[in-house]
Amino acid sequence: MTQRVHLDSASGLPLHPVAREALLAALEDGWADPARLYTSGRKARQLLDGARESVAAALGARPDEVTFTPNGTTALYGGIRGTAAGRARVGRHVVHSAVEHSAVLHAAAELDPTSVPVDQVGRVSPDAFAAALRDDTALACLIAASHEVGTVQPVAEVAARCTARGVPLLVDAAQVVGRMPVPDGWSVLTASAHKWGGPGGVGVLAVRTGVRFRSAWPEDEHELGRSPGSVALPAVVAAAAALRASRADSAAEDTRLRALVDRIRASVAQIPDVEVVGDPVARLPHLVTFSCLYVDGEQLVRALDAEGFEVTSGSSCTSSTLTPSHVLVAMGVLTHGNVRVSLSRTTTEEDVDRFLTVLPGVVARLRDEAGATGL
Amino acid sequence: MKVLDCLGKPCPVPVIELAKALPTVAVGEVLEVLSDDPAAAADIPAWCRMRGQTYEGADGPSYRVRRAS
Repeated sequence: MTQRVHLDSASGLPLHPVAREALLAALEDGWADPARLYTSGRKARQLLDGARESVAAALGARPDEVTFTPNGTTALYGGIRGTAAGRARVGRHVVHSAVEHSAVLHAAAELDPTSVPVDQVGRVSPDAFAAALRDDTALACLIAASHEVGTVQPVAEVAARCTARGVPLLVDAAQVVGRMPVPDGWSVLTASAHKWGGPGGVGVLAVRTGVRFRSAWPEDEHELGRSPGSVALPAVVAAAAALRASRADSAAEDTRLRALVDRIRASVAQIPDVEVVGDPVARLPHLVTFSCLYVDGEQLVRALDAEGFEVTSGSSCTSSTLTPSHVLVAMGVLTHGNVRVSLSRTTTEEDVDRFLTVLPGVVARLRDEAGATGL
Repeated sequence: MKVLDCLGKPCPVPVIELAKALPTVAVGEVLEVLSDDPAAAADIPAWCRMRGQTYEGADGPSYRVRRAS
């Protein structure tokens, strides 16, 4: 049987070993309601407080600015709705880049959105972003680094321009937390534990003190009134442990994964008519995207799966809506034959070498089958 | 103007058909590609950029490509 190699860490990572230990311990000690005054409740409260302090430190935030949500998407929805509601008197206008996560586009669609275009590597211009801000702009949203092509956005420059106009900036930091330093200047920040090696079902919503915010839900006594109901405490504890562990060796992992991605970028570019997209340098350490001319993206994902490699694609045939990735479209790059490879701490050099050995033959075979050889 | 009907065909078929058909028009002439696949709007201009051909724009499902070389 072929050994399976998961190359889609940007969708979700296997649980970090440290998180597994923390999860089991928290199932023992963190089952009680942290709001209760008896001993078990106080024990649970200590675990929750510790997790919050730990995550806050990783984000450069104060613990009372950080709330846990059921997942990254609810953090984004809650963050956008809450900031917009807090500034409802200013207006309903929201500015975002054309390459945000689809959750941002969905939440912005409830308001009055302006999408700022990106260049061919997928980066917004801070000046173009600033020019889109208006007197009725309630908030702006910018992804810290693209989950689809890896390009890092000029968050600090955009944040400075938003501050100058008094507009709060929501930064979607899902792909950078635990991997890279969190950029400065955010008013609201969101993340997802599943992307840093924590369990699924934990999102993070951080709101800077002083930012006007009104919860999207009826306000209750949980999570500063910003995310309703109790958190999944054992999962939150495991998420915080995974984040501490990821940050402890993030510099070494950054160096290791960057070198592997550089190797993939160089090798894939040698395959005829394959275009590597996204910024080659100012990028996430672990992610690379390329498009193979004349190849069907779904066939490519399935053929690689049959060879033991699990990758994803932004091609229309692989999406539930049958539309191509809005990120690739915004960049003006080829959307068919698209593959996103994202590495993790479990990815070895041998995995990458094997992938690079297999890929050219798969691309050539699919082109041949499509009658597209020699075009 | 020569017309290439790719209606109902999913990407990358319209781009493959375009690559096959463009050499059949004279240099400087325009080929019209009909495609209702949503990916064509991105992929036909991207193909023109990669192949050094001239993308002349689209009107609904009709895409115009001028053979530059």
